[in-house]
Amino acid sequence: MRILAAMSGGVDSAVAAARMVEAGHDVTGVHLALSSNPKSFRSGARGCCTVEDSRDARRAADVLGIPFYIWDLAERFREDVVDDFVAEYAAGRTPNPCMRCNEKIKFAAVLDRALALGFDAVCTGHYARIVDGSHGRELHRAVDPDKDQSYVLGVLTAEQLAHAMFPLGDTPKTDIREEAERRGLAVARKPDSHDICFISNGDTAGFLRDQLGDAPGEIVDTSGEVLGAHDGTFGFTIGQRKGLGIGTPAPDGKRRYVLDISPTDRTVTVGPREQLAVDEVAGSSTRWCGPAPEGVVTCGAQFRAHGEAVPARAEVHGDEITVWFDVAQEGVAPGQAIVLYDGERVIGSATIDRAGTSDRAGTSDRARAGAQSVAGG
Amino acid sequence: MYESERRVYLDHAATSPVLPGVVEVVAEAMTHLGNPSSLHAAGRQARKMVEESRETVAAALGARPSEVVFTSGGTEADNLAVKGLYWSRRSADERRVRILASAVEHHAVLDTVQWLGDAQGARIEWLPVDATGRLDVDALRVAIERDPDSVALVTVMWANNEVGTLQPIDEVSALAREHGIPFHTDAVQAVGQVPVNFSASGADTMTISGHKIGGPMGVGALLLQRDVELTPVLHGGGQERDVRSGTLDTPSYAGLATAVATVTDDVSMHARELGRLRDELVRRVRDAVPDVVYNGDPSSSLPSIAHLSFPGCEGDSLLLLLDAMGIHCSTGSACSTGVPRPSHVLLAMGIDEEVARASLRFSLGRTSTQEDVDAVAGAIGPVTERARAAGMVGVR
Repeated sequence: MRILAAMSGGVDSAVAAARMVEAGHDVTGVHLALSSNPKSFRSGARGCCTVEDSRDARRAADVLGIPFYIWDLAERFREDVVDDFVAEYAAGRTPNPCMRCNEKIKFAAVLDRALALGFDAVCTGHYARIVDGSHGRELHRAVDPDKDQSYVLGVLTAEQLAHAMFPLGDTPKTDIREEAERRGLAVARKPDSHDICFISNGDTAGFLRDQLGDAPGEIVDTSGEVLGAHDGTFGFTIGQRKGLGIGTPAPDGKRRYVLDISPTDRTVTVGPREQLAVDEVAGSSTRWCGPAPEGVVTCGAQFRAHGEAVPARAEVHGDEITVWFDVAQEGVAPGQAIVLYDGERVIGSATIDRAGTSDRAGTSDRARAGAQSVAGG
Repeated sequence: MYESERRVYLDHAATSPVLPGVVEVVAEAMTHLGNPSSLHAAGRQARKMVEESRETVAAALGARPSEVVFTSGGTEADNLAVKGLYWSRRSADERRVRILASAVEHHAVLDTVQWLGDAQGARIEWLPVDATGRLDVDALRVAIERDPDSVALVTVMWANNEVGTLQPIDEVSALAREHGIPFHTDAVQAVGQVPVNFSASGADTMTISGHKIGGPMGVGALLLQRDVELTPVLHGGGQERDVRSGTLDTPSYAGLATAVATVTDDVSMHARELGRLRDELVRRVRDAVPDVVYNGDPSSSLPSIAHLSFPGCEGDSLLLLLDAMGIHCSTGSACSTGVPRPSHVLLAMGIDEEVARASLRFSLGRTSTQEDVDAVAGAIGPVTERARAAGMVGVR
């Protein structure tokens, strides 16, 4: 097959490309230039946007003896990933830019162009497996649970998966580094990338403040009492405890957590941990890795990249979905993706719109949000 | 695996195959011991070879031997000329801060000029070109006459490296001479394709490079008129008229000399043959892709270059597809980062960004054959069709 290997300059994508070459495929390497000003990301960068990363990728391609090109996708990336990221935070939600990149860039813009140019598939260094099973070409978790990236691939449709290759899913990360060493790839000891590639210093709040400007508002408790002030709701995530900047302790002495973010009136609601727990989630923008489930299905549900799937039931209605957790969960934020699993297999995903409790009612912002989700379901 | 059995190399403007005679001369020279600056017998022998190389280069290009300053290549020669002239002219008269440069210079000149503006207080005036990439001489005249005493130097390349357009060197040099302003020209692409005579051109400094004419990489020269003052960029042992310090690279100079002598010897005949092949290439590409756009003017350009735009395609898609078929060409000048950027040359010619991005440069050379042209003619139709389909993907 003719394979287009997306090469970030890291060890994983280099080994993935090497395995494709070894398997006898006709492989071409491509580095995606995602920053419109790559030099500015040179120092302290964590992702795949630096000049150094593109050189590392090119060097790996040269070692493998494959053609290598750089595709400039900076404009698409800014529109589909960075602007979306900023807009989501501005709307009080918690987006996952890596998923957006997989959905819109790697397995859309890049894959479409690759297919048009005569390639059969795009290969990446993601840790996930593609298994031929009863549902067709199935997306499964990687064998290394610490590295499993099936969650961020849960946005891929069956059509996208049909042209995707993930050669690393059956191998633990430590073996990949050894393999890179053995293959003479200089990136064997390059540190893993972390965090968000377009925020080079890791300061997400600072990045958002630069993009959105200060938008001061109040921090209140569930009774509406004002406890403090903030510079912008984008600095907060549901479930956040640190950095709330509230001077006075709660009357009951308990720690307070962000329960709700309302960007329209710029209010951040905080409260005790118990009120974080939700057992019902309403989502939309569903994406199915295979056939869409019908009726109420029992499944695992994961709502964080570095989390685990928890037992749940889900019901699909058109583009929307309702998920009920068997046990209430904390830290479920609108904007996050909820990915559904059938054991190791990824069923699909949706973007969380609302989260709440199915058995609690009240007058607080938090409970109201929950009540709406029930009504919506 | 991706390289087909036969390689069709049509990127001579990036670098050209080393001439067989050059390999022999360089290899032989490397077996000799001696620093040309040493006084003993080994040094004298090396010095003899360096000076013979200098005489050969000078004779082939209409210069005096003492006017040949060897460098590490075209980029260094351009830096030496542009910075050296600017510094020396300005230190003689501090009013001389203006640099007049064509908008289509090679990056070795372009970025050097820009640096002098950003870091050294130079006032830069980029001179416009017409739709074929040819300098607007009237604009130069107006710029000079506005205040001749404030001009430090004029720099206009002999022939453009992307589209091949020849510049009106005689007119530029006459204008500069009229006002006593030094004139630098980058002749890297011109040597071996059109007659180049340094003294007849009237230029004060002129850059040549080895690897574009079948010589070694990493060697070039600045031809520097005897009476032109130049502040050095490299300081050290005072070699090369005290203008370019550094141990003399005997084998490379010998290789450069051999290449210069070879390619200037039969330049007219070679140019005719190149031009015929190039014209046929263009004709047959047009047969396959009727809406192809020729950038430049074939009647006043280097005979080797065909710079073509394929509307609706991304240049890098075309490159990838041709590369996979063993056909080597370029989307413009080879750039270090590999991120495609619309060329400043095409933009200066008034070509819009989308068309500029849809471009390929085919550059022929001494090893080019009819089979090369046939290969492109056979491939370009389907390749363009495919690249067009890919170009439409994701367009919004």
